[in-house]
Amino acid sequence: MVASHGLTGMLGEDGIHVDMNHLKSGEVNLGTSIMAINFKDGVILGADSRTTTGAYIANRVTDKLTQVHDTIWCCRSGSAADTQAVADIVSYHLNMYSIVNNEAPSTQVAAALFQELCYENKDMLSAGIIIAGYDPRHGGQVYSIPLGGSLHKQSYSIGGSGSTYIYGYCDANWRENMTEEEGIKFVRGALREAIKWDGSSGGVIRLVVLTANGAQRHLYLPDTDYTGPGVTR
Amino acid sequence: MTGFDFSNYNRNAALQARGAPGPKATSTGTTIVGCIFDNGVVIAADTRATSGPIVADKNCEKLHYIAPKIWCAGAGTAADTEFTTALISSNIELHSLSTGRPPRVITCMTMLKQHLFRYQGHIGAYLVVAGVDPTGTGLYTVHAHGSTDKLPYVTMGSGSLAAMSVFESTWKPNLNKEEAIALASEAIKAGIFNDLGSGSNVDVCVIEKDKPTQLLRNYMTPNDRGQKERDYRFAKGTTAYLNERVFSKEDLRKYVTVEEISGDPNLMEVDP
Repeated sequence: MVASHGLTGMLGEDGIHVDMNHLKSGEVNLGTSIMAINFKDGVILGADSRTTTGAYIANRVTDKLTQVHDTIWCCRSGSAADTQAVADIVSYHLNMYSIVNNEAPSTQVAAALFQELCYENKDMLSAGIIIAGYDPRHGGQVYSIPLGGSLHKQSYSIGGSGSTYIYGYCDANWRENMTEEEGIKFVRGALREAIKWDGSSGGVIRLVVLTANGAQRHLYLPDTDYTGPGVTR
Repeated sequence: MTGFDFSNYNRNAALQARGAPGPKATSTGTTIVGCIFDNGVVIAADTRATSGPIVADKNCEKLHYIAPKIWCAGAGTAADTEFTTALISSNIELHSLSTGRPPRVITCMTMLKQHLFRYQGHIGAYLVVAGVDPTGTGLYTVHAHGSTDKLPYVTMGSGSLAAMSVFESTWKPNLNKEEAIALASEAIKAGIFNDLGSGSNVDVCVIEKDKPTQLLRNYMTPNDRGQKERDYRFAKGTTAYLNERVFSKEDLRKYVTVEEISGDPNLMEVDP
């Protein structure tokens, strides 16, 4: 690598090959706080709403919780362009899957599709994705796919730049088989801390609760110290 | 393989590494905005195009046609916004013809983001996509790398910070058409006056449900150049005076010797 990070910083030592990491400057990033948890009746996904380009907040009310099937959703972190593209492709494949097999895909199928894309294109992507879904066969499930493209099934998962601040909080407060109310309180409390300490996270807290009854959205605003209004739609 | 040939990009990068200046594209250092109102959506843009520190065009068009009820405002590399919107406009028309339905804003946005994502940000098009379709009103931003946002009011370009400050301080829900046009043009003016990359005039495009789209070219011209005088003589009465005294030639004779000159008074005497 050439030492300087100016215009010449894009070139390798041979002066020909381009360093991909420098090409993506000025990109829209989701410097983020995201998480997903299992609870008694399903899963809860949560995210902040800040999107940044450098020091500028390009969107303060972003929706980082993206639906890829009826009750399979994902939390996106990293490059906005990359994660949107990956989620759109997975969404397409799951739609086709449900038509061909006349049956909704399982969360594991969705997670495997995400992994395939993230692993095979790892050189070109900066995407950290958490997949959470509910299917009648397996109930609620949470998978995480960090930068290298590995796939991990977890009881709960946190991600994004803000997650580093809440490992302690989550470890201290986590309990298996929480009720919906307890689960929401856990996620909301964790994201509140992540937003408080991480400069790249902020705005509102969005939640999605996935159960046998389908998907339900929640919204928590900073003006009420993230206590309300709660269920939306 | 179809697509762009990037060998010249690598050549330019190699030359730049050895200290040679790289080629410059005409960039629309720009202010563009969009705002939803009760019966549709309005987008607006400034009209300055720059090439480095030079104003390349004082009255360029940054509002691009996609379909009769879908329009795009472009920031970034001028050529890229021009050709990307033209390409998608063409594909949207063919798509509309083959489906027999009016085109949708979300279709246009998806085509744009997939095209731009494929080129990994090398196509420097930053766009505000707006329009009305059978599903309702749509307003999106599309960044060069292929990410999109959906918001009730948006700004992009170098003047986006100035324009956003206007929206964030004065926007309210449920605007009517007149209020939306006033707010969008005020946001563009903030860009024109406070951002060096933006300037000249305000272009506005109003897209309404069940009404023809209006392109209001040069809706505001806050930088009109005054008529040039092309003359340095001052008109009589230019300087104000408090009193007036008129000396006749006869009066002057009391103080100096006056000699009448014969011949052309403009010719200078060389030899006595």
